[in-house]
Amino acid sequence: MTEVLDRKMQTMPVPVKVIPAEQIDPKRIRTEEMVLNIGPQHPSTHGVLRLEAVLDGELVIDVVPFLGYLHRCFEKHSEAMTYPQVIPYVDRMDYLAPMQGEHGYALAVERMMGIEVPEKVEYIRVLFGELQRIASHLVAVGTFGLDTGAFTPFLYCFRDREDILEMFEKTCGARLLYNYIWVGGLSHDLHPDVISMCRAFVKKSRATHKEINELLTFNKIFVERTANIGILKPDVAINGGASGPMLRGSGVKWDLRRDDPYSIYDRFEFDIPVGTGMLGTLGDCFDRHWVRMCEWEQSLNIIEQILEKYPQDDKTDVQKAVPKRIKPGAGEIYSRVETARGELGYYLVSKDGINPWRCKVRSPAFVNLSLLPIISRGYLMADLIIILGSVDIVLGEVDR
Amino acid sequence: MTNTEIYDKLKSAFGEKIGEWHEQTGGEYMKRMSSYADITDTSYIRDVCLYLRDEPELEFDSLLLLSSVDNGDKTLSVTYHLESKSKKHFIALKVTVPVDNAVVPSITGVWSHANWQEREAWDMMGIKFLNHPDMRRILLDEDWIGHPLRKDYKQPEFYRGMKVPY
Amino acid sequence: MGLLNKQDNPFESSNIVITGADTLLNWARLSSLWMMGFGLACCAIEMMAASASHYDIGRFGVIPRPSPRQSDIMLISGTVTLKMATRTKLLYEQMPDPKYIISMGSCSNCGGPYWEHGYHVLKGVDRVIPVDVYVPGCPPRPEALLEGLIKVQEKVRKQSLAKTAV
Repeated sequence: MTEVLDRKMQTMPVPVKVIPAEQIDPKRIRTEEMVLNIGPQHPSTHGVLRLEAVLDGELVIDVVPFLGYLHRCFEKHSEAMTYPQVIPYVDRMDYLAPMQGEHGYALAVERMMGIEVPEKVEYIRVLFGELQRIASHLVAVGTFGLDTGAFTPFLYCFRDREDILEMFEKTCGARLLYNYIWVGGLSHDLHPDVISMCRAFVKKSRATHKEINELLTFNKIFVERTANIGILKPDVAINGGASGPMLRGSGVKWDLRRDDPYSIYDRFEFDIPVGTGMLGTLGDCFDRHWVRMCEWEQSLNIIEQILEKYPQDDKTDVQKAVPKRIKPGAGEIYSRVETARGELGYYLVSKDGINPWRCKVRSPAFVNLSLLPIISRGYLMADLIIILGSVDIVLGEVDR
Repeated sequence: MTNTEIYDKLKSAFGEKIGEWHEQTGGEYMKRMSSYADITDTSYIRDVCLYLRDEPELEFDSLLLLSSVDNGDKTLSVTYHLESKSKKHFIALKVTVPVDNAVVPSITGVWSHANWQEREAWDMMGIKFLNHPDMRRILLDEDWIGHPLRKDYKQPEFYRGMKVPY
Repeated sequence: MGLLNKQDNPFESSNIVITGADTLLNWARLSSLWMMGFGLACCAIEMMAASASHYDIGRFGVIPRPSPRQSDIMLISGTVTLKMATRTKLLYEQMPDPKYIISMGSCSNCGGPYWEHGYHVLKGVDRVIPVDVYVPGCPPRPEALLEGLIKVQEKVRKQSLAKTAV
């Protein structure tokens, strides 16, 4: 009997002494900071990145990124390899946009040696560069959706990405890492099917673009989670060296395709989308996402213009301008291109040898990531993942 | 402004501290983007950078790249590529230090971009940056020995009990 | 579930399946291999492509899990650096037995293109943890990854939990 009573007593509500809020002295509540370790194996760090977040409750006070878990010694390799042998390593650096990385590297060496590339080659390079930009943004948008909790856009994005990869595969035989753009030319001519496949793709991709906008961009949950989060002011962005959608998201109209034109980008008409603080504040996560969505559309515009102008009857050998011996004279160059992530620069020092004396890469993801502590202070822990997703890093390029 | 004009302006402001102008031959692009000025007195690099940033006519608002080079003759160089996004001009500066006393003043206070780039230069090349807020290795672990991008670097045989060579 | 439906009693319509305990267990295990997917490098993108709509790794019963404690197979997708190797070993030790390792791509098989000058690359993940299936390629196509997965399933099918228990 007493046992039953005891049990009953235990389940009965215990009277709690309620202290009115005005009597609580905030100074007497003891709080302390907590250090939370995220990664290097974590589904939301987009690779092997370790973040040490200093938290006050749920608020992020500071974030310290730890890099180097994918440091594959690119710069050491480039000193040991000949100029054309470096290109496969360039691929593996930014593995979401290897075409553009190759283009940048080939351009740097071509500028050093003063090589003029046939027009047809330039068209193919720009066409594949823009397709690659879309493929990269598709992954960025899809995984950003995953970070915010939307799984379906990821599947749609990867479905469309397969179409692009199929075109690349038909032309050069590889799906992900191509070694396609060589110094002075290309490894293969464009596959005859690609033009018609491209036309079909543009049509399909416009539909997907609209669909993703309806499904993800203007979804109320998505907007609530991304607007007014992770605000990057324009002056901070410029001073911190941000580039690409990160810089344009802050409202700075800066695109190397327009401001320092390379290849044949000056022949095409396209807009440079910038963030406007449409649904929140200028430079928030939503703006960066919106810039990526608009760039996707602009890339489709460029592709359409290329398809109109592409010299299909031109039977020029794509390897016509490839030099027999690639050996730039002594000197150094800083050459840059606009990749999907921003300004990718190569600083090549040549000492009149067959391999670069020094090849330093200005990787946009590395620089953009260095701004993460600045833009994530003062937000909630759950927002930190969103902010990191909106920066769109590729760890291969961050660590090189 | 062209970069030679900027060089002349620097020369008139700093005099002897600015060394000679290395013009790159081979095309307009190389001339524009890769010609550089030597800074003979290393301790002045921060002042030169501040001047370039704050002079209204120049307004260099961003650092594009800070790179370290091992010249192979017992000297290390640091190259600064600077750009003005508002005025659209460009200049490169270079300082050279001996290997056994590789110390350069930090320019993190001028452009915050330099923070990680300087850490990388320390990690890879072993150049110390004076007054840097956080001079740690960035890519390799703290217990790594040596600076890999130096020309005389040898791969370690073992690291934490793991065999390194193939 | 037809078997448990009360309207058609399974014992009346003699729906009885007789099988060995090993076969049943192995069948259950191999058709729900939960995968610990952590993206290391370029191969991780192909792993993502394999788990997305076009290749749909889900039809093999593979579900990507972020935690090592809930997974049966570990997919080493990409270059394992020396800094990451200790963490990879730690994750491997956290996985419950029986566990299987797929090494995806040349880098984790043998160091790949980084075998010679990669001072910071582990030349093959099998130097720190045992590997069951090697998938060659740089990067392997998603089909190759699925093939590797089928190889693991074949391995599971031949194993006997009952024998090892005795």
